[in-house]
Amino acid sequence: MTDATPKKYTNKTRPITEKLLDKGFKRLTVVLASMVAVVLISILAVVFIESIGSMSRYGFKFLITSDWNPVTDEYGAFTAIYGTMLTSLASLSIAVPLGVGTAIFITENIIPQRIRTLIGLMVELLAAIPSVVLGLWAVFIMEPFIRPFLLFIYQKFGWIPFFSSEPVGPGLAPAILILVVMLLPIITSIARDSLNQVPSRLREAAYGIGATRWSAIFNVILPAAISGITGGILLALGRAMGETMAVTMIIGNSNNFSWSLLSPGYTISAMLANQFGEADGSQVSSLMYAAFVLMLLTLGVNILAQWIVKKLSLKY
Amino acid sequence: MMNKDLTFKPGLKRNITNRLFTILAFMFASIAILPLILVLFYVAIKGLSIISLDLLVLEPQPPGDDLTTAGGIGNAIVGTVIITGIASLIAIPIGVGGGIYLAEYAKEGIFSKFIRFGTNVLSGIPSIIAGVFIYALIVVTKILFGSMFSGVAGGIALSILMLPTVIKTTDEALKLVPDDLRRGSLGLGASMFTTIIRVTLPSAFRSISTGIVLGIARAAGETAPLIFTALFSYYHITGIQDILYEMSSLSVLIYNFALEPYKAQNDLAWAASFVLVIILLGINLLSRWISSIAAKN
Repeated sequence: MTDATPKKYTNKTRPITEKLLDKGFKRLTVVLASMVAVVLISILAVVFIESIGSMSRYGFKFLITSDWNPVTDEYGAFTAIYGTMLTSLASLSIAVPLGVGTAIFITENIIPQRIRTLIGLMVELLAAIPSVVLGLWAVFIMEPFIRPFLLFIYQKFGWIPFFSSEPVGPGLAPAILILVVMLLPIITSIARDSLNQVPSRLREAAYGIGATRWSAIFNVILPAAISGITGGILLALGRAMGETMAVTMIIGNSNNFSWSLLSPGYTISAMLANQFGEADGSQVSSLMYAAFVLMLLTLGVNILAQWIVKKLSLKY
Repeated sequence: MMNKDLTFKPGLKRNITNRLFTILAFMFASIAILPLILVLFYVAIKGLSIISLDLLVLEPQPPGDDLTTAGGIGNAIVGTVIITGIASLIAIPIGVGGGIYLAEYAKEGIFSKFIRFGTNVLSGIPSIIAGVFIYALIVVTKILFGSMFSGVAGGIALSILMLPTVIKTTDEALKLVPDDLRRGSLGLGASMFTTIIRVTLPSAFRSISTGIVLGIARAAGETAPLIFTALFSYYHITGIQDILYEMSSLSVLIYNFALEPYKAQNDLAWAASFVLVIILLGINLLSRWISSIAAKN
């Protein structure tokens, strides 16, 4: 080397191409990241703009009436909104104890590690089965199997409004059951993750003062993991409200309002899946209005979930 | 005198309750895995029994025929691969780039907070809304070279569903890369670009690819956004230009054929379910395998 003092290599002396590349790359990533915001905002904007026609025409009446008549141009989505709320809340109330119970079973030291891992793996694989396959299974296997039970309920408890119609095949009750199957893996895996994050010191302390396994779970471990579990439950609720394929295939797709769980019904997403392909004119606008309602519902639930996770986050 | 007998007494109320709850939890766990076993069982029985080479390559015939002339699901397999491929081509660059921004450049500012929040919100949006959005934006406006329903429109709709998964996993994978690696690289005089491309991305590569693979699996199984974006086609594609026309996919085939009153069509739906479930379970096990390698390193 002839040069005694090596050249200083600072930011200023970098080759211009390198500087440009560096800056350009950073800008590129900024643009790519903002695509999320662009997509999100345009989804909201497009669905809102497309539904303005129906909104100004029917207003809030759309939400509380059940006519759906393309011939007379009368639209109301109450049956679908009721169906969405009913199926998601009912399936959630069944899936939460099952899912959280399973999560406890595979996190607490009840059975050997190998079996726990196996159950966890199986529950996660259940999440990988596409909803349309579950729908197929529900239509051809589950629904014929449970129909005698539903018939029995109708014959014995038909005087209760919720069971006041004869089950004819597809309906709200089978839709609720298939939603339970879809929600289970979500709730189980999120509850398992939250339970795994509870520090083992807490468990040791609880057992150390003589708690039985379940008094430790109910009094110490579950309260410590409650934020994650609640967040997971709300995420599952959002998923249940938006779930489309399995529900569309099994719910019966009827816009006639009925209190009965055994009669065919509708959800917003089933309505969209069913009618969008061949809709035109003010029907498209009404479907967009229904889509907008669905979006607001799921957005609300999701934002609430994020807020709760942040608010109740682990205190230990 | 205090009772000093500390041996376990199974008859105590607390021990009985304890045992009852354990049995209850066992029952819940059994109920939770029962549907999985039943679904896999029926998909295997009903699907596997009619799978043949012809079924995997032929196109479905118009409804009403018996199974010997019902054709196959070949075009749907090809269509699923193409539509998912289009979705990946869009979602992976955007998602990985956005994730790089969040993990490497973003300061804790409003913009990055909003992007993270938006990613979470986007992942909670029902898949059918993505279909409705693309329907209004691309299908109705005929913005894509004047074509309406098309494989490309379906791919774009699916990419919206993949995007949050890819961004989130990239972000989280890059955050796990130790800062010492970055400092080492920057200290040697490498630029930020070189550091990211040559140091941080390679060391997070396995976790990122796990996330991408899971995103692809989710997209490949989606149906709702495809019903009115890609629609369905009974024919094999003949060339690259066909991605601008209606395109079949396994999931839409299952949906359409399950509701047909013909047994032959229903059987095709079961066969398609079998193929789809095998593909998705394969992808999932692959991602598990990748991440288990990543965990060992």
